[in-house]
Amino acid sequence: MLLKTLKHAALGVGLAVAMSGAAQAEKVLRIGNDGEPQSMDPHYISTVQTSRLSDDMIMGLLTYGQNGEPIAGAAESWTISDDGKTYTFKIRDHLWSDGTPVTAEDFVYAWRRILAPETGAEYASLLYIIKGAEEFNTGKADPDALAAEAIDDKTLRVELTAPAPYFLAQLTHQTAFPLPRHVVEKFDRDWTKPENIVVNGPYKLVSWTPKVEATLVKNDKFYDADNVAIDKVIYYSMEDRTAIQKRFRAGEIDVGRDIASEQIDWLRANMADSLRIVPYAGIYYYVFRSDKEPFTDARVRKALSMAINREVIADKVLRTGELPAYSFVPPGTGNYGEPAYADWKGAPYDQVVEEAKALLAEAGYGPDKPLSITLRYNDSENHKRIAVAVQSMWKQLGVNTELFNTDGKIHYADLKQGNFEVARAGWIADYNDAQNYLFLMESKSGPINYSKFNNEKFDGLMAEAEAVADLGQRAKILAEAEEVAMDGQPVAPIYYYVSKQLISPQVVGWVDNAPDRHPTRFLDLKQ
Amino acid sequence: MIHATASGDGLARVEEFKGRSLWQDAWARLFRNKAAVVSMVVLGVIAVLAVFAPLLSPHPYDEIYWDRIQAPPDFANAHWFGTDGNGRDMFVRILYGARVSLAVGLLATTVSLLIGVTYGAVAGFLGGRIDNLMMRIVDVLYSLPFMFFVIMLMVVFGRNIFLIFVALGAVEWLTMARIVRGQTISVKRKEFIEAAHAGGVSNTKIIFRHVIPNVLGPVIVYMTLTIPQVILTESFLSFLGLGVQEPLTSWGVLIAEGAKVMEFASWMLFFPALFLAATLFAFNFIGDGLRDALDPKDR
Amino acid sequence: MLSYALRRVVTAIPTLFVIITIAFFMMRLAPGGPFDSDRALPPEIERNIQAAYDLDKPLVEQYLIYLGRILKGDFGPSLKIRDFSVGELIASGAPASMELGFSAIVLALIIGVSFGTLAALRQNSATDFSVMSVSMIGIAVPNFVMAPLLSLVIGVYLDLLPTSGWGSGELRYKILPVIALALPQIAYVARLTRGSMVEVLHSNFVRTARAKGLRERLVVVRHALKGAIMPVVSYLGPATAAVMTGSVVIETIFGVPGIGTYFVNAALNRDYPLVMGVIIIYAVLIMLLNLLVDLLYAVLDPKVRYS
Repeated sequence: MLLKTLKHAALGVGLAVAMSGAAQAEKVLRIGNDGEPQSMDPHYISTVQTSRLSDDMIMGLLTYGQNGEPIAGAAESWTISDDGKTYTFKIRDHLWSDGTPVTAEDFVYAWRRILAPETGAEYASLLYIIKGAEEFNTGKADPDALAAEAIDDKTLRVELTAPAPYFLAQLTHQTAFPLPRHVVEKFDRDWTKPENIVVNGPYKLVSWTPKVEATLVKNDKFYDADNVAIDKVIYYSMEDRTAIQKRFRAGEIDVGRDIASEQIDWLRANMADSLRIVPYAGIYYYVFRSDKEPFTDARVRKALSMAINREVIADKVLRTGELPAYSFVPPGTGNYGEPAYADWKGAPYDQVVEEAKALLAEAGYGPDKPLSITLRYNDSENHKRIAVAVQSMWKQLGVNTELFNTDGKIHYADLKQGNFEVARAGWIADYNDAQNYLFLMESKSGPINYSKFNNEKFDGLMAEAEAVADLGQRAKILAEAEEVAMDGQPVAPIYYYVSKQLISPQVVGWVDNAPDRHPTRFLDLKQ
Repeated sequence: MIHATASGDGLARVEEFKGRSLWQDAWARLFRNKAAVVSMVVLGVIAVLAVFAPLLSPHPYDEIYWDRIQAPPDFANAHWFGTDGNGRDMFVRILYGARVSLAVGLLATTVSLLIGVTYGAVAGFLGGRIDNLMMRIVDVLYSLPFMFFVIMLMVVFGRNIFLIFVALGAVEWLTMARIVRGQTISVKRKEFIEAAHAGGVSNTKIIFRHVIPNVLGPVIVYMTLTIPQVILTESFLSFLGLGVQEPLTSWGVLIAEGAKVMEFASWMLFFPALFLAATLFAFNFIGDGLRDALDPKDR
Repeated sequence: MLSYALRRVVTAIPTLFVIITIAFFMMRLAPGGPFDSDRALPPEIERNIQAAYDLDKPLVEQYLIYLGRILKGDFGPSLKIRDFSVGELIASGAPASMELGFSAIVLALIIGVSFGTLAALRQNSATDFSVMSVSMIGIAVPNFVMAPLLSLVIGVYLDLLPTSGWGSGELRYKILPVIALALPQIAYVARLTRGSMVEVLHSNFVRTARAKGLRERLVVVRHALKGAIMPVVSYLGPATAAVMTGSVVIETIFGVPGIGTYFVNAALNRDYPLVMGVIIIYAVLIMLLNLLVDLLYAVLDPKVRYS
């Protein structure tokens, strides 16, 4: 039955593609997506490759604008109470793709569904800022505890646990999407099948062949359909970066969502007009298990971090435009000023290495008592090359480093359980706010605080920042917290991520941005 | 990754050996086979290079030259095969890779040999129900995808490539067991075994003293074909990113890295691939040569 | 022969059961779980997810649940591609894998048998050496080198065929993957054919046929080939099963929607139900093809009788 559907759908695509040649009216955007989507159900999505599709299909209260910034979406306006904790949204007059109006109730329904323990949604914790959400999700309260209420069809009121200035930005995320209650209740988990799915966004799924492509077509019921130029988007599922690049070169796709970074020199020389390398909201770092000898000693952590020559890693090992990182929060992060940088930033490397040696000696390690550690990374060419480089940098301090790579599942399971000394990790922000980085070192964050950093001063500052409604003051407190972290170095930031993609000059309206969000509704193709 | 599981069946017909003269004959015939002789020379050279690797290059295998990253072959700095993406000398890394690749091939093959020969000989010799049961087990293991085993082994023993290949050998023995069993059954019916039985020699002794030496021919041939398969399997694991731990390397790792940059850093692919291909060709030609040489009808 | 075949099918059931059991427990030995990712989940959420997929129950109970499902023909949900059940994923991927695999085997048979025969007829000559060298390229160059090379040269430089992708299954998307899949098989088939052909050509019945003055071509095609093909036939069983269940390398590089990647990726993702699903498919296919090979043996060789 499914197979038949797939075939029909595939046939439809084939026909449509064939016709697009003849009648030049239809505009088809072909995107090489660097991974297979997981699900079309926003509650079962945890990869950015999947959210690209769901962002095209469903619109939250706020949604991503052309520059990746939050703009009004399903809500046309909102008011915020003086204490910053109560939000009242006015829902836009718009329809689901089957003609049913979108109501405030659809949001309450969706949020209760994602938070219900039995749903088993990985990302449910993103809504914990809403009062009662955490209690409900962890089985300590019933759904009514959730402080999200449909006052009437078009009015939604939400109460937060703290005046979180990032809440509006968070509403663009798929965890906060509305769901068409009448459809989900009718078809249950099958509601996302192409024949059942109903959306309120600019595009709608018409076929999905695993490992090949998912095709979305324009939703005529979308409130701003008149300004949507692309008629159809095809997301090709491509795990192999080299294959993306080859298809792009052969003109088989218009957008390649990742590049084969080993080939950067070639790309710069030959495809400069298509190559887009842009700062991306994320940090690549090494984490020290701070509750394990010898990493309980901040001097050891700091010495190791200091000896990492970040410029060499960025300019010689990676060569893809990454910026050396001396802070955990990337510059330009929302609701934040200049990040708090580690104190050796800017000093000549040779001098920093000498200082690092002195620190290690102070901690009791030297030529007669060399430090031996294991550095873990998960399988990937770049992780490997960085680890090899860092190994040789630590050698200058007289540190013997054993490299140990495993597949991703083991790596992260061990990170979670603390079975490591030093390990590679990375973080991509869920929403544009400094807190979304710094909380990774808060002791209350649990397993995701891989280093088990437990610093009272840091925790205190983070708690203080959470209660403050004034943005300027909050930013100051957060920066103080980051300073504590950079001094203690439970993590050694290495570089700020960049997004690397290939965009055909034919594609119009693609605006580079740090969140790396490019809704298809704002794009167009030159004819 | 496909495994020639049945490539032994053709040679399973090789008759048992009747004395030293046959071995000498085979030896002489093998040396008349030019492809096999050339192959042995090639393998010999590669083995010598691998053993003396550190003496042959001024560069240590793990030294990073920051100013010569992914540099093409260059005689001034003695980077005869260029450098890799971390600025390490390719020539010396290929030789160190040879050590790992060859060791892994020999190790896994030896393990598979030990298990396969013993298992097959016991099954064939005892016959009857035990034989049936033992071969059923082999059938079951055959029906599990080889890749699944390899990945599970990788995941469980991820730390040590040699351990993995010991384990891999422990999976690879199935075909060997089948060949040996077939041979054993045919050897068992010969007079000298019956004589030994009548003389009261124990089963264990008969298997190890008489049966195994007599099935050695096809086993050796199959061995020369298993080694390249294992080396290829190792390279496939490296492609998946599950290869040997850095800074050690293997041909598979080098080739997997080189394959990603084949268009503009061709030396990173060409040289290790050349060594691998030469080795695999050599083993295969020696295997074929041995088979021809050991077949008494083929004169 | 029919009763023999039936008996084989019946005895396959306990074998399959053993395979499922081994695979199930082996897979669970691997550290790391399906929901471990770069974002460590809060313990409560992890518990919620585990409960949603019964992963919080004791292993033996999970095993029994799984067996119960399998008996009803339900392979369970995929833990990674959550909108599809394992059954749906296999149903959508298997046709592509089987088609490519079967084509590759046929291609390998045609080329491999001709090359092997040619080499055997000119044993130890320059022809023998060069034909065998060419056919062995497929096992001397790893397919993860050969496949991107083919795609680069033929897809990008010469622009004759698509570099990768599947379109809606047009022929031009399938040519390169089939060639890449067939190359190693050509090597194995050619070698097997050469070996047994050499043997058969020296056998008495071929000598007799020649002595009777039959034309050489007739001797080779009518008599020798029929004898020499036997080892190839027995090789075909497991090889066809392996090739028809897809190849992770070929599928990744050419973007083929087969099931081959699941053997590797599902194992690496700890997508337990999907791993089990493809293992079962593989086992069934290999048993089926082995049976077919044995029956084919009886047809080709009148001395073989099954009762």
